[in-house]
Amino acid sequence: MSGHSSYVPKTGIERWLDVRLPIIRLAHDSAVSYPVPRNLNYLWTFGGILVFMLVAQIITGIVLVMHYTPHASMAFNSVEHIMRDVNYGWLLRYLHSNGASMFFIAVYVHIFRGLYYGSYKAPREVLWILGVVIFLLMMATAFMGYVLPWGQMSFWGATVITNLFSALPVIGETIVTFLWGGYSVDNPTLNRFFSLHYLLPFMIFGVVVLHIWALHVVGQNNPTGVEVKNVAKDTVPFTPYATVKDIFGMVVFMILFAWFVFYQPNFMGHADNYIPANPASTPAHIVPEWYFLPFYAILRAIPDKLGGVLAMGAAIVVLAFLPWIDTSKVKSMSYRPIGRQLFWAFVVVCIGLGYLGAMPAEGGYVIASQIFTVLYFGFFVALFVVGLFERPKALPTSIADSVLASKGGSAARVATATAAEPNVKG
Amino acid sequence: MSRIAFRLALTGLAAGLSLALFQPAAQAAEAGPKPPALTWSFSGPFGKFDRAQLQRGFKVFKEVCASCHGASLVAFRNLSQPGGPEFTPGQVAALAATYQIKDGPNEAGEMFERPGRPADRFPSPFANEQAARAAQGGAYPPDFSVLAKARTYTRGFPTFVFDIFTQYQEQGPDYIHALMTGYKEPPAGFPALLPGQNYNEYMPGHLIAMPNPLSNGQVEYPKGADGKSPVPETVDQYARDVAAFMVWMAEPHLEQRKRIGLQVMAFLTIFAFLLYYTKKKVWSRMPDGSPVH
Repeated sequence: MSGHSSYVPKTGIERWLDVRLPIIRLAHDSAVSYPVPRNLNYLWTFGGILVFMLVAQIITGIVLVMHYTPHASMAFNSVEHIMRDVNYGWLLRYLHSNGASMFFIAVYVHIFRGLYYGSYKAPREVLWILGVVIFLLMMATAFMGYVLPWGQMSFWGATVITNLFSALPVIGETIVTFLWGGYSVDNPTLNRFFSLHYLLPFMIFGVVVLHIWALHVVGQNNPTGVEVKNVAKDTVPFTPYATVKDIFGMVVFMILFAWFVFYQPNFMGHADNYIPANPASTPAHIVPEWYFLPFYAILRAIPDKLGGVLAMGAAIVVLAFLPWIDTSKVKSMSYRPIGRQLFWAFVVVCIGLGYLGAMPAEGGYVIASQIFTVLYFGFFVALFVVGLFERPKALPTSIADSVLASKGGSAARVATATAAEPNVKG
Repeated sequence: MSRIAFRLALTGLAAGLSLALFQPAAQAAEAGPKPPALTWSFSGPFGKFDRAQLQRGFKVFKEVCASCHGASLVAFRNLSQPGGPEFTPGQVAALAATYQIKDGPNEAGEMFERPGRPADRFPSPFANEQAARAAQGGAYPPDFSVLAKARTYTRGFPTFVFDIFTQYQEQGPDYIHALMTGYKEPPAGFPALLPGQNYNEYMPGHLIAMPNPLSNGQVEYPKGADGKSPVPETVDQYARDVAAFMVWMAEPHLEQRKRIGLQVMAFLTIFAFLLYYTKKKVWSRMPDGSPVH
């Protein structure tokens, strides 16, 4: 975003390194002098929170692997061995299992923030699509991770989800056999899921690097959706402004994380997953983890298996096309009277789908799921249509102006401050 | 036109929501009564196990449950570790020695039996699941090691949201206690019980293979100074004690977890306050020194 680098090597070693590998310059330009819009709210701290969660998951995961045994007859007991006999094993395991849920809480806030403020619009299309790729990789990683304890829900969740691929014409059965490594979910399935569960987080890490790179090329969006016009007036340097704010956001998020880890470690899991996997006994209700429930509801809403799989896939893939679906020129929903209502209706629909995904697929639940599925996709249609004729409210001329205008409520305080500090720009 | 579409969408939303919220009532009716929520010493952020209760629970487990149910992940040594029943190491060694453990092979290549040691895990009453089913008329008594976390009942909306704040997570022991005290005569109109079936108010579907295992006065509790047990020797008390013991078996580091949790929460809260004021200070001035934001 800023054209030139403001890094000045101070010591001899830094100057020597700078002409050979300007790595300190890279760090300085991306994490110190990088200009961020000065009007970002706390929803923008979730990017940093997500980086923290990814690193936390990788570190706890690497240590857990040292004690875990990926074998159908030993996996369940090896997890219990971690819980009982490994020093602080319970802490590592609960951090990792609850960390997955916290990761998804943060990513959903992050996605909805992007939706509300139009962060997917030009010039941030590639940034947004990379985000959708990360989301898909996260879902695959989380799903395979949930299989590893080899409890009842692990086993039957794996059975249901892998079976979905059999709905694909011609190649479906081959894909399922390939995923299973045999003709049913068994030890080879567990082994390949374990292998991929270890691999995918590093692929996520790679795409996150691209995501951040793309972010640093186009700059951050902000609550007004008005692009930075004057770097000096509209932005503040990343350090210390964004760093201290991000770290504060992270620590508050850690309090929520710690609440679940130490006080409610099994709240977001399923009791059935403390029963060892038994291929001969199907649980009464096979339910995925909470973060998959909206998509699970869409899957079950369609009576046809292939149709359900396609609808579920489309529900995620449609996000990647948002930059071209949304026809409005205005980014932020704050200035879009109809768009904003659509957004909140969409939030309610997603929560409703989540609820329906947890309920048994029978009677009124199926009908409600079908209504909500139509509404889910209807949001994207409506976004396309509304953008064509919606009359947005007047946008502020710049970020700095919007900050000053929002301070207008406390005009007296601003006036005294201005009087005391004559160098403030009006 | 879009207004109409939007209103239609909202109406659909409302209809869907009301359908979704109306449905659980019908479902709850067939699932039977909810287990009563009891007061447990280990609930809440300061929860700790009641040592005497765990020791009584162990006695019930050993004398009643263990004849059919295993606890294959629990070692004798666990009974003396901090945060559990905290028997003395001597008591545990003596207890372990009363069990015969299969070991081997020895130099002659043969398996042999020897008295148990504290490091041994509880021997299961049956060699395998098939043997258990053969002895129990087809039913399999589940292993107790993590059973208190493997049993639950539906909390429903919005109760499950409140549970985050109240830290209610004792569905397992509440259900186990309810099951132990839930053996009743089947109500009129209930299909006649077949051999090997028992009626239980709290069992999903009400049919349970396990006959009522507990009766008043069945297990003798340690006597207090006055020569009487400090707690009643009743089915209700046995059920509470064995459920508490099962929670400890399923979550042996619960006390350590909650203790560290309190320290972590205190640290994070103070750290968050410090960061908040640091942030305020940093943001009180723009880089050029102007006092906005």
